[in-house]
This record gives sequence, C-alpha cells and structure tokens, in this order.
Amino acid sequence: MQDSGISVLFKGINFQRLLLGLWVTLRIALITIGISLALGLLFGLLMTRKNRFVRGFCRAWLEIVRFMPQLVLLYLAYFGFSRLFGWNLEGELSAVLVFSFWGIAEMGDLFRGALTSIPTHQRESAAALGLTKRQINRYVLLPQTVRRLLPQVINLATRMIKTTALVKMINVTEVLKVGQQIIGQHYREPSVAFWIYATVLLLYFMICWPISLLAAWMEKRSE
Amino acid sequence: MEAMLRVEDIRKSFDGTEVLKGVSLEIYEGEVVVIIGPSGCGKSTLLRCINGLETIDSGKILLRDQVISEKKKDQHLIRQKIGMVFQSYDLFPHMKVMDNLLLGPTKALKRPAEQVREEAMEMLKRVGLYDKAEALPRTLSGGQKQRVALVRAMLMHPDVLLLDEITAALDPEMVSEVLNVVIDLAEQGITMAIVTHEMRFAEAVADRVLFLEQGTIVEEGEPETFFREPRTERARQFLQSFTYASARKTVKRKG
Repeated sequence: MQDSGISVLFKGINFQRLLLGLWVTLRIALITIGISLALGLLFGLLMTRKNRFVRGFCRAWLEIVRFMPQLVLLYLAYFGFSRLFGWNLEGELSAVLVFSFWGIAEMGDLFRGALTSIPTHQRESAAALGLTKRQINRYVLLPQTVRRLLPQVINLATRMIKTTALVKMINVTEVLKVGQQIIGQHYREPSVAFWIYATVLLLYFMICWPISLLAAWMEKRSE
Repeated sequence: MEAMLRVEDIRKSFDGTEVLKGVSLEIYEGEVVVIIGPSGCGKSTLLRCINGLETIDSGKILLRDQVISEKKKDQHLIRQKIGMVFQSYDLFPHMKVMDNLLLGPTKALKRPAEQVREEAMEMLKRVGLYDKAEALPRTLSGGQKQRVALVRAMLMHPDVLLLDEITAALDPEMVSEVLNVVIDLAEQGITMAIVTHEMRFAEAVADRVLFLEQGTIVEEGEPETFFREPRTERARQFLQSFTYASARKTVKRKG
C-alpha cells in the first residue's frame, strides 16, 4: 500500500472519529471544570476560615495535589482502587474524580487569593454607606473578586483541558487515543503519524487558543 | 439643647492594650468638632467605634438620644445616619464616579436613581468635579478621589459626618482642595467630627477642639484659646511639635 499521509484523515470516518474523541476530551474537561468551580468556591471560602483544623486540612489537600503527578493519581483511582477496594471505576469516572480532586484545590486557592486581596477598607467604606452585608458582597466585593479571578480561572481551565490527554493511559478513548488507533491501522504508512498528531494538536489549539485570548483580553480590561 | 451625638465613657482594648480609656463627648447639631492628638492616641479608633466598625468594651454611644452602641442586626440602618470618609482612597474601583455616588442612596435608602443623580451632579459641580461623573476612580488624582468620597458620604444625608484623617495620604498640593470642601460643608451647617493633623485647617474649621492623648481627652476648648493658649502642658508640647526653631544665621560673604 502506498503512503497516503494526509489523505488518511479524510478516509472513511476517520475525521469524525477524531472529533468524537475530542468530544470525550471536552466532556471530561467540562464536567471537571464545572465541579471544580462550584466546589472550589466552597474550598476557597473554607481556606479563609480562622479554624486551624479546617485550614490545615485544605492546605494539606492543596499540597498533595501539587506534589502528585496527575498520572499517578489516575492510575491510583483506576487500577489501585479496584485492586484494593474492589471498586471498578470506569475510566472516565476515574478521570473526572482525579481532575476534580486537583481542580477543586487549585480553584479554591485562586478564590482564596482573590478574596483576601481585596483591601479591608473596601468592605468598611461600603459598610459606612449603610449597605447590608449581602449588598456589600453583591455590589462591592464580588464584582472585584470576579474581575481579578477570571483570567486565572481561564488559564487553569486551559491547563485542565490539556491535561485530559493523560486519560488515554487509563483506557479512555479520547482524541489522542483515537489518533493512535488510526495510526495503528495505517502502520505501513509512516507519514500518517505526523498528520494525525498534527491534527490532534490543531484540535487542542482550536479550543485552547480562543480561551487564552479571552483571558488575555480580560486581564487587560481589568487593569 | 440635646446633643446630636453623645459618647459616654467608652472603653476599647485591642489585645490587652487599652486604646480608649473612658472617653466622653457630645456633638451638637451643626457643630464641627475637631479631634487632634499624637499618633496612636485613639482618635481613629474613637471614630470607628462611633459608626460601629469597632465594638466598644463598655460605655454608651447615642445618636439623637437613641443608643446605637449595642450590637444589633440592623447596624447598617445606624450607619446610614453616620457618614464616614477614611484616609485611604476608598472609592469602589470597578464603578464610575456616578455609580459610586448612587450606590448608597439607591440601594441602602432605596431612593429613585434619577432623583439622586440630579442631586449628585449638583454636588459634583459644587466640589469642582462636574466633568468627572463618568470617569473611573483610577483616572482621578488623590485629591479628586477624596472629594468624590466626601460627596458620596454627603449624598446619604447623614446626621453626622466622621472624617478620619482624610488628607493624610495626599500630596501636599492636593490637601487644600479637599479641606476647602470640608470648610464649605461646615459653612452649610453639617455636623462633623474630624480627625486631622492639619493644624491650620483645624483652627479654621473647628467650633470646638478636643485634644486626645493615650486614650483620654486631656483638653477641650474653642480653637482660638486652644491653639494660642493651651491650658495643659501636654497640649502645649504637642502643638509645639508643629513649629520649628529658626535656623537662620548671619553668613558672611566674601568680597
């Protein structure tokens, strides 16, 4: 068989298969980012608590997340738990669990940073105007927090999207895995690998680039 | 006549250090009281206690004969009647000047925005910032920000206005543009308690001066007598620290 290179992309349903893989990638990323945002807000609020035990717990969680390679955590959830506890977690579920474990802590730390970076006299001068606590949060503190937070949250989100590539190691057929399957089917055509991987890169790029542009734009606007 | 604001023997400690050691004072309607004293004497704490930013350990604070120092849920209702401007520029940075001004009256007092806007424009004009209504705070100078902060506090029509060293963070050339606004407010009959380090201003604006040292009021008097002939040695020493001995000398020049 002759080396058909780029044409493999458009052979049969190959391109659709890649897009389906991309959808798996996005699905994991979106669910994880959603969970991380919601629970991360809670985590961030806990981190600003005065209680030492609560803060120590959050700190420990955050440090573990930062030390541990995501891949090891994925193996632990996917293979480790089934051996030890007999939990047969599906690949995708393991991925969502592990990435959320990571995302909640990181988002939480971002929330904490933004919350504590607003000077106390902002709260006080709003209070001096006779606003209620709820009004102070809604009109004065929250808008400033969100403004500071958005660019960082978006950067974290793109990192999370990219990191989902690891899930192919626990047998989730996402975009990279699909690419490898296609390459495997055309192992006699060496240039196929280049075109497939380049396409996978392009797909990631098409998703992450607009998001980063958005972050940069927001950063500029919030200055 | 009953006092607009009455402070009765209040005490306040931070981490075991007593900052206010039984302070009492009254401010009558339309009166301007200036509180001076060395740093750390408790001046700012006194103002912060009055509008409930700090809780007091003992004593009582009354506004128009109503006790306001008991910790209650509706502290915000009390603060609507007590305006305060701080040393730090405390405009809300994400809002235009006009939105800064509208926030309190429309959200806390539920007044219609159009009505407040009209009044706000008039007051901005009065402080020379008519053209800054749509500006963001970061584009204003420190002096302009403090003038906006004064307008913002005044739009709440407070019973009493507390000013906590509002020019302390300003460049010297901007001090007078802010203090002139305060003088204007005094002339309009606004009841004020002012903490300041600007002695000339204090003398000009005050109906009465309180000298606070180490958490107690050491001397109280009319500005004319207080600044010229203070009765206590401590006040004399404090006022002296604002004057310098002359270093002028006769220099012989060659030729």
